[in-house]
Amino acid sequence: MSRANKNRRGIADLPSAVLQIPIVCSLIGLWYGLTETDILPKFFFGEPFKVFGVLWHWFTSGEIFPHLGVTLVETVLAFVVGAVLGLVIGLWLALNPTASRLADPYIKAANAMPRVVLAPIFAVWFGLGIWSKVALGVTLVFFIVFFNVYQGIREVSPVLLANARVLGANARQLLRTVYLPSATSWVFSSLHTSVGMAFVGAVVGEYLGSARGVGYLILQAEGVFDINTVFAGMLVLTAFALVLDQAVGVVEKRLLVWRPTHGETEKL
Amino acid sequence: MNTQTSAAAVAVAGVAAAVPGLALENVTCTFRAAAGKGGYTAVKDVNLTVGAGEFVSVVGPTGCGKSTLLNVSAGLLEPSSGTVKVFGEPLVGMNRHAGYMFQAESLMPWRTALDNVIVGLEFRGVARNEAVARGQDWLQRVGLGSHGHRYPHQMSGGMRKRAALAQTLIMDPKIILMDEPFSALDIQTRQLMENELLDIWSADRKSVLFITHDLEEAISLSDRVIVLSAGPGTHPIGEFAIDLPRPRDVSEVRLTPEFVRLHDEIWHTMKEEVLKGYVQSQQK
Ligand SMILES: Nc1ncnc2c1ncn2[C@@H]1O[C@H](COP(=O)(O)OP(=O)(O)OP(=O)(O)O)[C@@H](O)[C@H]1O
Ligand SMILES: [Mg+2]
Repeated sequence: MSRANKNRRGIADLPSAVLQIPIVCSLIGLWYGLTETDILPKFFFGEPFKVFGVLWHWFTSGEIFPHLGVTLVETVLAFVVGAVLGLVIGLWLALNPTASRLADPYIKAANAMPRVVLAPIFAVWFGLGIWSKVALGVTLVFFIVFFNVYQGIREVSPVLLANARVLGANARQLLRTVYLPSATSWVFSSLHTSVGMAFVGAVVGEYLGSARGVGYLILQAEGVFDINTVFAGMLVLTAFALVLDQAVGVVEKRLLVWRPTHGETEKL
Repeated sequence: MNTQTSAAAVAVAGVAAAVPGLALENVTCTFRAAAGKGGYTAVKDVNLTVGAGEFVSVVGPTGCGKSTLLNVSAGLLEPSSGTVKVFGEPLVGMNRHAGYMFQAESLMPWRTALDNVIVGLEFRGVARNEAVARGQDWLQRVGLGSHGHRYPHQMSGGMRKRAALAQTLIMDPKIILMDEPFSALDIQTRQLMENELLDIWSADRKSVLFITHDLEEAISLSDRVIVLSAGPGTHPIGEFAIDLPRPRDVSEVRLTPEFVRLHDEIWHTMKEEVLKGYVQSQQK
């Protein structure tokens, strides 16, 4: 495409950052303009420079880091516990047609239930510490991983299984060398979604009642109608989610080297 | 069965062996139809033996049931009726003496070529460094010496086939089942691999049941060629002893008048069935 109309350098040929930065700046400008002139009330929409002030204070004083740390720990724990449970139960049900037939309606029902309503129950069961947030994240992550693994195991190539059996694999070796790698590859293919869900679980959990974490900061600020801090918290969460997603991308690339990707040739 | 050469004569001509390595006796396979009643009888009343140390090829039209027969021989598929005997013993469950090279892709995509080749040794509990050494040796023999680190998707179709061959042969099976193993290779590589296979086979005479579409390949490799009828209800319709002298070079043997005569004779039997098979596969 770009080669065909080389001499007609269009807007599409510019590096995307060149376009994206002005867009962000003008949006902030618009926000600033509308709130300064009181077209939008400052009380509800905040002021961009005060929001940046809050961010500046959080990061220079280091006040934000313990909260970020707590949110990160909750996210990681929710992901790990949810993924392991989803993997084990997904494998078990996929390899046990009877069990799977019995469990099917319950799993569908549990997945259909809006998980947020569980948050108050988890708060009662696990207290206001990190575990109630982890539990909420787990309920979100579990189903994504579970369904992926279940489907993945059902679709393992029969030739691959037959080949392993001819080569002398017993049931345990079959599980270890065929089913498990196949299942984990499905876990990793849903990595972005499930890590995102773990994060959502952590933040929503914090927001609904906690003593620490970024969600807690937002909750606190909202309580005293400090809209600028709420916005600052939202920005931190967004940036954090992006960083998390990048990290997942790196991990994914390392773990799935055996996956065919198209266009792997190197440019000269 | 109008066999051109009786099985007894072949046994005398071939390796002196009382008990065949593999024997299918009156094997019938009926696949259950997807919807309700009926079913498809792919193979019917097949009697087939592979003597100990004998190289037998099976040719037949597409879809006639060649892979089905191999699956039965490997113990992956239980015949609807009939028995399979392995060195005289009736087969129950998997055939522990057999190595099977599948027609479809069978390498594990998450393992490198080397790790795929040694997976059978791993199942057997061979120590890792010994397995790796033997795996390297086998990769060398199939011409993949420097490609051990590649994943299946980084190899060509032919390279994957060769890795699969090494994966099967490293286990040193007494019976080798091969389902069109070389059809993905170009003619030169193919002849190299065929010669390599003959070398390996003649070194310690295994029983080989070899399936191919290619009549020339069947004749140049085998002691005996079996022709199957078109399906449904496939059964052998011809059996030909190939008494070309060994050791053979697969590319040279094709030029001998004896080869040409055998080829004509077998092709004459096959021709009709191939046409029937083609018509049937179109109707299905
Ligand atoms: N699991 C199955 N269920 C139903 N029908 C089957 C099944 N497997 C094979 N068949 C049928 O049995 C017949 C024989 O199949 P098979 O794979 O043995 O053929 P083949 O001789 O190996 O063919 P090709 O040379 O094309 O590989 C085919 O008509 C096929 O449709
Ligand atoms: Mg086949």
